Parts: sequence; C-alpha cells; structure tokens
Amino acid sequence: MTKPILELRHVVTKVNRNTPEELTLLKDLNLTINEGDFITILGSNGAGKSTLFNTIGGNLSIDSGDILLRGESIANESEERRTRFLSRVFQDPKLGTAPRMTVAENLLLATKRGEHRHLVPRHLNQHMAEFKKMTSGMGNGLNERLTTPTGSLSGGQRQALSFLMATLKKPDILLLDEHTAALDPKTSQELMTATNDRIIAQKLTCLMITHHLDDALKYGNRLIVISDGKITYDVSGEEKQQLTQEKLFSFFSDLQE
Amino acid sequence: MTFGLGVSAIGQGLLWATLGLGLFLTFRILDFPDMTVEGTFPMGAAACVAAINNGINPIWATLIAIGVGMLCGLATGLLYTKGRIPILLAGILVMTAAYSVNLRIMHGRSNLTLLDKPSLLKLPIFAHSPMYFDSVFLGFTVIVILTLVLIYFLQTDLGQAFIATGDNETMARSLGIKTDNMKIMGLMVSNGVIGLGGALVAQNDGYADVNMGIGVIVIALASIIIGEVAFGELTMNQRLVAVTLGSILYRFVLLVVLKLGFNTNDLKLFSSVVLALCMMVPVFRDMFNLKRVWKRGISTHD
Repeated sequence: MTKPILELRHVVTKVNRNTPEELTLLKDLNLTINEGDFITILGSNGAGKSTLFNTIGGNLSIDSGDILLRGESIANESEERRTRFLSRVFQDPKLGTAPRMTVAENLLLATKRGEHRHLVPRHLNQHMAEFKKMTSGMGNGLNERLTTPTGSLSGGQRQALSFLMATLKKPDILLLDEHTAALDPKTSQELMTATNDRIIAQKLTCLMITHHLDDALKYGNRLIVISDGKITYDVSGEEKQQLTQEKLFSFFSDLQE
Repeated sequence: MTFGLGVSAIGQGLLWATLGLGLFLTFRILDFPDMTVEGTFPMGAAACVAAINNGINPIWATLIAIGVGMLCGLATGLLYTKGRIPILLAGILVMTAAYSVNLRIMHGRSNLTLLDKPSLLKLPIFAHSPMYFDSVFLGFTVIVILTLVLIYFLQTDLGQAFIATGDNETMARSLGIKTDNMKIMGLMVSNGVIGLGGALVAQNDGYADVNMGIGVIVIALASIIIGEVAFGELTMNQRLVAVTLGSILYRFVLLVVLKLGFNTNDLKLFSSVVLALCMMVPVFRDMFNLKRVWKRGISTHD
C-alpha cells in the first residue's frame, strides 16, 4: 500500500490580490501524490501547470485550502524552508545554475540543499571523485568540465547539471518544469532518458510538466491533465498504459468545446 | 623626494584598498552598486576620531568604526530586502542620513582633528620606521589580514551561498539559501570593511571630515576595475589581490596627474575620467579590434 506523500486539498491560488487585475489561477484543486509516483502533467498554456508548481514550491502563497506533506501542513512554510524536501528543475537553462561558479561548485551547493550553511570550509576537493562519477553518468562530457564556469556550458549540459543538482540530495518531491523543452530534439531525448533512469533508480516521487504527448504517455505511472485551474483528468497504472495519443487528443478536443 | 612620493603612494594605495575590497563584495559578488559607502566611509572616520578624542585606545576606536559601518550596511540591507526599496535608492537614503549622523558624532563640527592624539600609526612598532613607511606597514598588515579573512570566508559553505546569491538568485533560493539574509550579511561585511577604511585613512591624515565621503565610491570602483583591466582573467582569490594592486596603481596615476601640474582640486575630475576610461576598455577593444591587430603584428614577424 503506497502512502500519500503530498496532498493538495481544495487549494485556491490567486495573483494580484485586491487589485482590478486579480486572477484566480488554481480553483479548488485537489491532488494526492503517493510515494514513488512519477506523474506527467499536461495542459494548455495558462491552464495552471506552472502555478501548481509555484504553489507546491512556495513561490506563491495559497488563498484557501491546505497543502500537506506526510499529513502535516506546509502551507505557511517559506520557499527556502520547503527546499528541505523539494527540489525543482526549471525550463530555462539559465535559471538552474550559477553561471560564474564552476560545475563542481554548483554541485557542491546542491549537496546542502535546504540545510543551514555555516562558516566552515567547503571541502570541494573531497567531493571531486564523487562528482566525476556522477557527471560521467550523464554521458554528455560534463565530467570533463567540472572546473569550468557553468556559463560556458551548452544548454543541454546545463540542464543535465540542473537535473543532477536537483537529485543529488534525494528530494521527497522532484518538480520538473518542461526541463527538456529548451533543448534540441536529440539532446532533449537523451536528457529525458537519463531523467527517467535516475527517477526509477532512486525511486523518486516526481511531477513533470511536458508539452510532448508521447513523453507524457511513455514516462511515469500516472498522467494528469490540468485545465482552467483544476485537475480534469487523472489516470494511473494499467489505465495509463493503455492510453493512446488518439484518446488524449480526443480528450483535449472535448475540452476545447 | 620622488622616492618618498612613491612610498607615500603605495601607503595610500594600501590604506585605500580596504575600500576596494569592501565594495568588491557588493559590486562584484552581489552584483549591485552600493552607494551607502559614501556615508559609511566618513562615519568610520568620524567614529574613530571621536572615540580617540574621548580617550579610547586606537585599536578599539578602529573596531568601533567597523561596527558603525556594519550598522550602515544593516540599514541599507533592511531597506533593500524587507522594505523592497531599489538598492541604489536605499544606499542613497542611508548615505544622506549618515551625513547628519556624522555631524552628531563630531559634535556638530564638520572637521575633527587627531592632533597630539594617539593613532594606529603612532603605535610603538612604527616608531622607528622612516617617513611614509608607517602607512605602508600598517596598510600592508591590514590588507594581508583582510584578504586572508575574505579568502577564507568565500571558501566556506556560507561564503559559497553568498556568491551563489549574487550569481543566480533563483537558483540560490531553490537550494534553500536565504537570499535576503545573504544580501544583508554582504552589505554589513562590506560596509564594515569600508568603515575600517575610513578609520585608517582618518588616522593617516590626522583628521576626519564630514565631506571626506564624496566620490569614494569612484575611488573604490577604480581599484576594482583597474585591477581587472590590468590583470585580466583571474580566479576569485587572485581577483581580491588584484583589487589592492589596482588601488596602488590608481594612486600612481594620481601622482602623475599632480606631477603634470594639476592641483588637488582637479583630482575628483580625474578620478571619474580614469574610472570611465577603464570601464570603457571593452568598448575600445571591440572598436579597434586590438587583439587582431596585435596577432597580425606578431604573425608577420614569424
């Protein structure tokens, strides 16, 4: 029996509160994420996919409802505090890494995700062998560039690094926000394969936003569709396995009408 | 005589390098210009001189100057992070407020002298040093300690979180780094170092003046930028050393300007011109494509 790790109950998220531009982005959204779930998320632009991530991540505060981590409310925890259990990879390769710091320095920062950082030496050299091994697993030459500032890496290398940084210290929840979308098709496929391998190997609980229907079908054990701030479709297990692009397409066109 | 001037320039360069090192933390690492320094520098000077005039030991008086500097940094940091005031304006607000505070510290006078009072330069260990060498020894000691402390700090977990905050705030926050605290800490340390600079310069000059902060940000920036232009691509630790060398180079530029017959009233104009020219070096480099010209020059000799 799998246990719920994260629950969103009747979550309402608004932006530009108390102004004429007030918008309700999540409208009474309910979602229960079980330990080990790999959920792919589909939805049209503006449906609330990124809002969902920002709400879970604490960048946006909720107006009503509750967010529970293993049964305890985290709705009032700051973005920084939530990084103890949560990590994320952004769509923009520039957002995930510090450009003037080296690959190894970036990785070292990630080893202490969500921890207090003290006035103690960082001991970079003791981690180098471990970093070398880890980066060679990505198969894109990242292991040769450990002492290079990340600003001079390719987009694919940067996203691979961002992904490694997000999973280096095992998170309870991993959020992937179209992390392969900015890359060329080949690099994108390679990173997606590496992502899937690592999620399975580490038994990570992961939510992945994607615009690729075939990726959404191919990866993960559960698929949800968000439209107009709500979850309108939620399949898992056997039912997801049998889902086809045609079925999804017809579902989307139903929504449009 | 010329030798004496050279030694004096090195001494001045070393003492003023504290400003460059302090500003480096905000300007180059946090990546924003902190105007607070124009108020912090005279405040460090005023606090130090006032304390010595009140019979406090020069070493303690210098530490007090560091303390008031950190308070200025704290004020700017809180306005910037918690008050959401843009950093440039937050710095100008604190700098302006500091002017009044400095006059208070100096009991309403615009100038406070250290005549016949003890100072760090009159410590027994400097008693037998030849003219101008006292400031070189003092400056050198302070700069070596300060540089080593900064190098250590930047290599700690905390220092790395501080660097990451300036480099990519979104990433830093997503790794659980409290970026607001890092900025406040950076502003405090930076302004503490600049308060120290004010205390050292005041003790070297023998007085504190309420107007001595005007244009110091240009001098501090000049140290940083001259160091970068002169030495090019460097590691973080080397860059810290380059700031001090840049500060000394800058003093020699001023010396040349004075030797050319300009007087000290013209120095602020020259400070700005020197800094502006140095900051435009990349533009000039592109414009004249110097590298290609040099390479061609070398290849034809082959």
